[in-house]
Amino acid sequence: MSEKKKTSGAPQMLGAKKQGMTDTNLLLVITIVVFFAMYLFAIVFLGEGFLKTQSFLDMLGTSGGLIITACGMSLVMITGGIDISVGGVVGLVTMCCAVNLDQSGGNIVTSMLIALGIGLAFGLVQGYLVAYLDIQPFIVTLAGMFFARGMTTIIHANPFNVQHEAFTEFRTTTVEIPGAGYVAEKTGKYIPAQVEVGVLVALLIVIILFCFLRWTKTGRNFYAVGGNKQSALMLGINVKRTKFLSHVICSVLAGIGGYIYFMHVGAGSPQNATGMEMDAIASSIIGGTMLSGGVGNIIGTLFGVLSLGTIQKIVGSAGLDDAWWTGITVAAMLCIFLVIQSIVIARKKKALK
Amino acid sequence: MTQNKVEKKTTASGLFGRLFRHQLFIPIAALLLLVIFNLIMDPAFFAIRMEINNAGNNVLLGSLVTILDSGSELAILAIGMTLVTSACGGQDISVGANIAIAGSVMLRIICGEDARAEEVSVGIVIVAFLVAALVAMLFGAFNGLLVAHFNIQPMVATLILYTAGRHIAAWVNNNTLPKINDTSFGYIGGYIPGIPIPTPIFIAIACMALIALVLKFTALGLYTQAIGVNENSSRLNGINPKAIKILSFVILGLCVAVAAFIKVGRNTTINYSGVAKDIEMDAILAVALGGNALGGGRFNMGASILGAYVIQFLTTTLYACNVESSELPAYKAVVVIILVIMSAPVVRDKLKDVGKKLKSKKNVEVKEVG
Repeated sequence: MSEKKKTSGAPQMLGAKKQGMTDTNLLLVITIVVFFAMYLFAIVFLGEGFLKTQSFLDMLGTSGGLIITACGMSLVMITGGIDISVGGVVGLVTMCCAVNLDQSGGNIVTSMLIALGIGLAFGLVQGYLVAYLDIQPFIVTLAGMFFARGMTTIIHANPFNVQHEAFTEFRTTTVEIPGAGYVAEKTGKYIPAQVEVGVLVALLIVIILFCFLRWTKTGRNFYAVGGNKQSALMLGINVKRTKFLSHVICSVLAGIGGYIYFMHVGAGSPQNATGMEMDAIASSIIGGTMLSGGVGNIIGTLFGVLSLGTIQKIVGSAGLDDAWWTGITVAAMLCIFLVIQSIVIARKKKALK
Repeated sequence: MTQNKVEKKTTASGLFGRLFRHQLFIPIAALLLLVIFNLIMDPAFFAIRMEINNAGNNVLLGSLVTILDSGSELAILAIGMTLVTSACGGQDISVGANIAIAGSVMLRIICGEDARAEEVSVGIVIVAFLVAALVAMLFGAFNGLLVAHFNIQPMVATLILYTAGRHIAAWVNNNTLPKINDTSFGYIGGYIPGIPIPTPIFIAIACMALIALVLKFTALGLYTQAIGVNENSSRLNGINPKAIKILSFVILGLCVAVAAFIKVGRNTTINYSGVAKDIEMDAILAVALGGNALGGGRFNMGASILGAYVIQFLTTTLYACNVESSELPAYKAVVVIILVIMSAPVVRDKLKDVGKKLKSKKNVEVKEVG
């Protein structure tokens, strides 16, 4: 009986997977094309500022934390869940680290441990509630978000800049990229292109996660669970553990992302990372990760973050300085990509029929 | 003889179980807990007194009046949120942002270009409310369209408006801070001279009466529940699920407009990033606390509204305990988590299992006797 179920489940699974792969690639291609089209548009119409390597690297530096957080979000979304507590976790991490460094006499290592610890704690609790108690992930992580935001102000209510010397030195450390600099016209001096340490960490995490999702068994399980829970269960995948794992990894990544964000801004504030969860979700969706699960790509997420960064820059340099334009354009972009996704799903359903 | 005894026991536990499983059990139990907590902490919490306020009116004051007064918006939102939850199996997280938009539109019409209004006529207030209601309902319809036609999960579809809403609100008024200086406009959010009860309470009661009539005399409630329980079979029975889903979002839009009306009446101005902040969380919580399934299907409107007032009771209690408003979410989140854990099917099944084990022990005895 169970044997029969297995064999009937397997081809279905294969079929779904094959479809999913084409979807993943299709959405990834759309994302990359949109990104390059947008960047090209910016170069042609808004001047050569966009051509400089340094300005691109600065954009990466601003969104280093977001890249890591969005990767975690993609991971959860691939398993068919969602985690909207990441912004709150990032805010909480920055505040805790700032308080630890400046007021509790901590050092860089303890602050890093705190960041990881907060992420892990959120991941364990939320993962358990979602995976083992079967509660809607949105509700659990919404509560997580509010808890994190509330805790941030309980720990310290006012924003302040971190004065800790070793940390300030650490956070302003930049790495030169050989061959990417340019010769300044006025002085004739060679100015090297510099990139923040956080960006390197973010790119490293992107590569690790990409390999993890593509080539490890656990990584493939994420897609299987998100694609079809029932089939995954029949294939002998521990669905609950996979979901649990996805939430733990996501929150830990939010912790790391929070630290990178903290290194970039160098301050603790309840206002830190407000709306970051929305940016992370938007990046994942723009990067071709489907909300229904089973489809997604970490490289796509990276391009999603870059697209967001570019559009914000375009809006800024097009003279629409008012803060609301950024919010409205991001929302519009999110809306367009959501609709594209739902059309892709509808097409797939028709093809299956 | 033993059998008799067991039967008696099971009926007793059955009665207890029925009471425990009744939908109103959780909100009423939570309310009682809060009342007891407050009685212990400070019995003066329940005192209601008659005083003359700044405007020279005789008004009722006290924590209970505050709860009923400031719970009005939440109760009104809970009405719409219950319908959306029931029909779509998800919640709208953009209500706070939508309130900002509706309020902004209202002020734009009343105040015009120069963002100041010294005297306000009744006519323009009505026009402003109607236009704001139209705008809020349009945004509701937009959410509904995404949910119904593009099959996007409600919480994610409404994320778009959640992201953009407050920015749109700021844009409507060019980021100025419009202010209405006419004191009679303040009656909407405060007291009408001669009536000691805050006006928002009357507005909330009117909304409740309206929805009660609608649910009693139309098939709206039946249709929404049918779609929430099984969309396909209700479609086969001739209900149009897409239309009903969009309608539920439009009704929520109307509720949002009324809530925005009260909010603007209270402040006579608007703070785009701060107005009705986190109210979506409270509205969802009210629906959950009322014992309605967050996954859609059957609903109990009365329970949701009661839930809303319980939430307000909790908020007021926390304020009475000197909790800062920015710290509130942390405490509320803990309450939410406890609630969802209690209502999680897995936990309920486990509790039932424990109950059954206790019972089965006795049943075995009975069988041996039989």
